[in-house]
Amino acid sequence: MVFFIPCYIDQFYPGVGIATLELLKKLGCNVEFPLNQTCCGQPMANSGFARLSDGCDKNFVKNFTGYDYIVGPSGSCVLHIKDHLHDDGNKKAADRIRSTIYELTEFIVDVLKIDNIEASFPYKVGLHNSCHGQRGLGLSSMSERVLPLFSKPEQLLKKVKSIELLKPERNDECCGFGGTFSVFEEAVSVRMGQDRIKQHTANNVDYITGVDVSCLMHIEGILRRQGSKIKTIHIAEILNAGGAL
Amino acid sequence: MKDHATLAKEFIKDSPRTDWHDETLWFVRHKRDKAAHSLPEWEQLREWASQIKNHALSNLDSYLEEFEKKALENGAVVHWAADAEEHNQIIHKIIKENGISRIVKSKSMLTEECHLNHYLEAKGIEVVDTDLGERIVQFRKEPPSHIVLPAIHLKKMDVSETFHEHLHTEKGNNDPKYLTHAARLHLREKFIAAELAITGVNFAVAETGGVVVCTNEGNADMGTHAAKIHIASMGFEKLIPKAEHLAVFLRLLARSATGQPITTYSSHFHKPKPGQQLHIVIVDNGRSRILGKPDFKNSLKCIRCAACFNTCPVYRRSGGYSYHASVAGPIGSILNPNFDSKAFADLPFASSLCGSCSNVCPVKIDIHDQLWKWRQEITRQGHVAVAKKVGLKGMAFVLARPGLYRFGGKMLRWVLKTMPFMINNRLNPWYKQREMPSPPKQSFRDWYLKNQKR
Amino acid sequence: MSSKDKILSAIKESKPASTALPVIDISAVISFDDLKAQFKKVLETIGGVCIESVGKGEMEKIVAAELSYVQNGVNTLGAYDEGLPLISAEDLASVDLAVISGTVAVAENGAIWVSETQMVNRILPFIAQQLIIVIEKKDIVTTMHHAYQKIDVAETGFGAFIAGPSKTADIEQSLVIGAHGPAGLKVIIY
Repeated sequence: MVFFIPCYIDQFYPGVGIATLELLKKLGCNVEFPLNQTCCGQPMANSGFARLSDGCDKNFVKNFTGYDYIVGPSGSCVLHIKDHLHDDGNKKAADRIRSTIYELTEFIVDVLKIDNIEASFPYKVGLHNSCHGQRGLGLSSMSERVLPLFSKPEQLLKKVKSIELLKPERNDECCGFGGTFSVFEEAVSVRMGQDRIKQHTANNVDYITGVDVSCLMHIEGILRRQGSKIKTIHIAEILNAGGAL
Repeated sequence: MKDHATLAKEFIKDSPRTDWHDETLWFVRHKRDKAAHSLPEWEQLREWASQIKNHALSNLDSYLEEFEKKALENGAVVHWAADAEEHNQIIHKIIKENGISRIVKSKSMLTEECHLNHYLEAKGIEVVDTDLGERIVQFRKEPPSHIVLPAIHLKKMDVSETFHEHLHTEKGNNDPKYLTHAARLHLREKFIAAELAITGVNFAVAETGGVVVCTNEGNADMGTHAAKIHIASMGFEKLIPKAEHLAVFLRLLARSATGQPITTYSSHFHKPKPGQQLHIVIVDNGRSRILGKPDFKNSLKCIRCAACFNTCPVYRRSGGYSYHASVAGPIGSILNPNFDSKAFADLPFASSLCGSCSNVCPVKIDIHDQLWKWRQEITRQGHVAVAKKVGLKGMAFVLARPGLYRFGGKMLRWVLKTMPFMINNRLNPWYKQREMPSPPKQSFRDWYLKNQKR
Repeated sequence: MSSKDKILSAIKESKPASTALPVIDISAVISFDDLKAQFKKVLETIGGVCIESVGKGEMEKIVAAELSYVQNGVNTLGAYDEGLPLISAEDLASVDLAVISGTVAVAENGAIWVSETQMVNRILPFIAQQLIIVIEKKDIVTTMHHAYQKIDVAETGFGAFIAGPSKTADIEQSLVIGAHGPAGLKVIIY
């Protein structure tokens, strides 16, 4: 299998990449990291410039062709690839990538079918359900829909020793990151983030976790500005906690 | 003209009111969830509704002809309006020809879309809006801020002040019961005196030629049954094939809108009562254009329940006026650009694309996907700030070139570390209320090359 | 070209390929063990009051005991005022109570179908200060799907589902019963 590290994780959150890699190896995967990967193209596409992402897409296809599974620790980037990756010169390869790319927790639950996680994390943790992972990829049931309840990230977190999971009052409301929305609609974006934080703070959590570093980056930015003691941590870092390779 | 981001920022300045607006509408969403979860067949119902609407839209011409034929047989007069102007002219003509001066109107988003009140006012004709929320905003010379809860942006003291001024209620009496009762007395006078009543249409039934109007207050019925003329205005997409299909939609509408199992009144109008005139105005106003756009035609399935408003985390924190359009919220953000993609170029961007809107939609409109598609459409037409385009073009250029990307990332991390003031300043919208991520020493790739590469 | 022709030809040109109507399988929807109990429960949550009465005599007693003024539209309770269709809205506005019968009651949502024949005067159930609707127990159905099977919406010029008293929450979302129409609704099931 192969490992996709979204650009901002590569540049700003290498720790998340490291944890993901270590975790996948621990779970018995043979992992490769294509060195010339950059970005999935989502920032352009969500801003209305999908047509500018051709180069990005081509580069993605070039880097990720020929693997059984592609796994990335970011629901949002994975969803973008699934929905929008295209390469007119190499349609077959692009289509195959779209159908073999997985978000990390989805991969562990659905493909690896692992139900034993050797990790320990003795803290109070609030799970932020990132929209693209949840509503886009279907990582968990959604409060709007009348369907059976489930949550792949929660299912994995519950296997971590000593962790105390706490749900905010609105369990699946958007944090307001939304890519360039966070900059062009700064006031609403921040307000949404503050409101999410308020509900996690009410639960007195030590950490807010999630499957998407982008949401966590936005939440972290607000937490740090507020001088809050709550920290953000990617789910891979929890699932990999308490035991190195 | 201020854009959504600017208007939203102004709305949020009043922090307690923003909280109130958010929490009140979230509560409505919560009631909707409870109502939806009380029916095991909820998702099936949505699917049926979606399929009925798809079918009706794909056979609209024949259903409209069938509807008109039946309506004429029922004794109604059917008018066709190609645009808002013609809709308003038709209504004005009916008013003039019958020498009418006392007019009441129940809620109709179509007449808002056509700016009927302004049109008639300019001709010296007064229309009294009879939905309580609409009457409140009419007194205040404001448009509705929500299609189901028109005065949701107001607090009871605002209403109290308005009613004190217009209805001479006690100053400072903010009791909703007292204020509603004052409106009841005021509006019952208007109903009794009304000569002509205008209503919207929730559903029009092709096989029977009838129209259905839903209210909780009873204002549509009070007006139509008291007046000698009833005008029902409808966008042509209101058509459904059969009466039995009403079951599907009436089961979904109120549950989605307010969490009620059904509106108090679901009134089915077929024939005028003896001596009464019933006019039905069928309006296009850009709808046939939308019908021809494969990416956007689904928006015509909308039944105006506003569930997408109530669930939208952006709408709840920015208020209806930030959308500067007669229909706000997520559905407004995909409908309005059809009318004017330049004036409403900002609306498809007023969303974090969280997708909650599509999930609550009772007729399964792919709202958040359409928002995404509208973004592509709008930038293609060139209606977007130049700075944004240039920045993203540069970004696309870099991200397509792995070498440049790594160099750029290194530079950015270096800048963040050595000169944080370069980025951490007020010109950077991220930094205004958020910290930038702290720059790591190396990228993941650098780490990987050092530690993992065999 | 008339606007009608313009609109219809624009639709013909732009309409998408025809899709099929769904088959609405009523056996796939919710069911209740006790329709009357369910109807009563929902009616109470939407602000109505349910009175169970065993027979016609008892019903007459309930109506007679409770009401100071009856504008009677229920045939089983005797003939109604012949002039009712012609009474103006202004006069009806002062009617304290209207009693009418309904065709079908819906257990899932507390609504009752009332046709123009039963209203006699269309505005009556909306303008009266209080409303009583009389319904036979056998006419309570499960859902709206079942209700539409039992009624013909176009049989009379007008008909309505009425669910509870008139209400609004347009001021700060606080529920107020008695917006424009009846401030109270009682349903008599016999």
